[in-house]
Amino acid sequence: MKDFEYSTPQTLREAVKLLADKGDDARVLAGGTDLIVQMRGRRFQPERVVDIKKIPEVNELTFSARKGLRIGAAVPCHTIYSNTDVIERFPGIVDCAMIIGGIQIQGRATIGGNLCNASPSADTIPTLIAYGAIAEVQGPEGKRKIPVEEFCVSPGRNGLKPGEMLVCIQIPQNKNNTGAHYLRFIPRNEMDIAVVGVGAYVELGGRGKNQTFKNARIALGAVGPTPIFAQDAGAGLEGQAVNEENIVGAGEAAKAVATPISDMRGPAEYRTHLVGVLTKRALIGAVKRARGQFVPNAVQENDHPVYTLS
Amino acid sequence: MSKIHVRCTINGDPQEFLCEARQSLLEVLSEELGFTGTKEGCNDGNCGACSITLDGVLVDSCLVLAVEAEGKQVATVEGVAGPEGLHPLQQKFLEHAALQCGICTPGFLVASKALLEAKPNPTEHEVRHWLAGNLCRCTGYDKIVRAVLDVAGQEK
Repeated sequence: MKDFEYSTPQTLREAVKLLADKGDDARVLAGGTDLIVQMRGRRFQPERVVDIKKIPEVNELTFSARKGLRIGAAVPCHTIYSNTDVIERFPGIVDCAMIIGGIQIQGRATIGGNLCNASPSADTIPTLIAYGAIAEVQGPEGKRKIPVEEFCVSPGRNGLKPGEMLVCIQIPQNKNNTGAHYLRFIPRNEMDIAVVGVGAYVELGGRGKNQTFKNARIALGAVGPTPIFAQDAGAGLEGQAVNEENIVGAGEAAKAVATPISDMRGPAEYRTHLVGVLTKRALIGAVKRARGQFVPNAVQENDHPVYTLS
Repeated sequence: MSKIHVRCTINGDPQEFLCEARQSLLEVLSEELGFTGTKEGCNDGNCGACSITLDGVLVDSCLVLAVEAEGKQVATVEGVAGPEGLHPLQQKFLEHAALQCGICTPGFLVASKALLEAKPNPTEHEVRHWLAGNLCRCTGYDKIVRAVLDVAGQEK
């Protein structure tokens, strides 16, 4: 790895100045699980590495009814999925944060970094989109907010301008009768990159046989140059009855916006098929959570069939 | 570029060193400070052979810059055994023959110790999930999992 100047700013203002002065020759370091690998592989050879972990704002992890969940850009996955508010209120975040790499990676890797790295197969981004998360960004001209579905622009590229850095991801306060679930397909049990990932969020209205979708958001990973917000697939469910036929229909609508490539992880046709399967299952998981039923994450064992509505 | 002065503790002892910004903590531990138990396997965060804890958090030291250790508590495999002798995990790894070539073993011991500190009574599923970030190309994992479960009193 080429040597570089290492800086540890204490404030956002200082960090933004350090970044803006060097433009593309500066990189932000949070958990380092992508950046250090990329520097070692010479994909990036920055002159300056700005370690943001001393800045208070990027270490925030708080929940309040007014501001919702705020995940600072430098908070590692293990801190996030061990947080009681996250476990109780945002189980979709737990689903994805605990399957990024192994435990060692989760000790360092951040959701902020997963977003900024802008991989098409990033596990946290479909979940963030499904939850309607907003990225809060600080730059030389001040702060701005970017909906997560607009944050990634192409494989490995985010929409940040020179000198800008991610400060925080904000997820709105969850209403009653809402649930979310993230699922990915990999041919192993752990430690792999998604062949397809799907995040789903639902808000239900009514009861029993009259239960309907009030709101639904679906997002897809690893089936396009960026994570995809399958807006129409979710919107098509609104006002519809909560039944398997309608959920399968949303899966078909999600397949229609997937634009996968064929690569070593799977051919395009296979990935498109998986979008239908995983969208159905993620929606069923989200519905069950909205109803207060148990849907396991990757470390929770479960013996009964999860992905049928009942 | 000039070297950077870093102060931390390693296995409880105060330590100071000079390093370049580009050096990983793994490189400094094993090549400069003599903590050769921490192994380099893949050097890109896949194999877990370089597992250490940083302020009690299990990490791959190949993906930590040495300069990031400033003010931190570093724990390596050299700190696993106590003054009275082997740690129970080390003893059970021996009894279960949970190692062959041994390159992955320090990482597995550090990771397993962190597991039992976080979850004293893990299920087999939890042990396998926790150790997924540690690769072993000799044993096939089963003996390692048995050894960890035996320490936790969970082996059936």
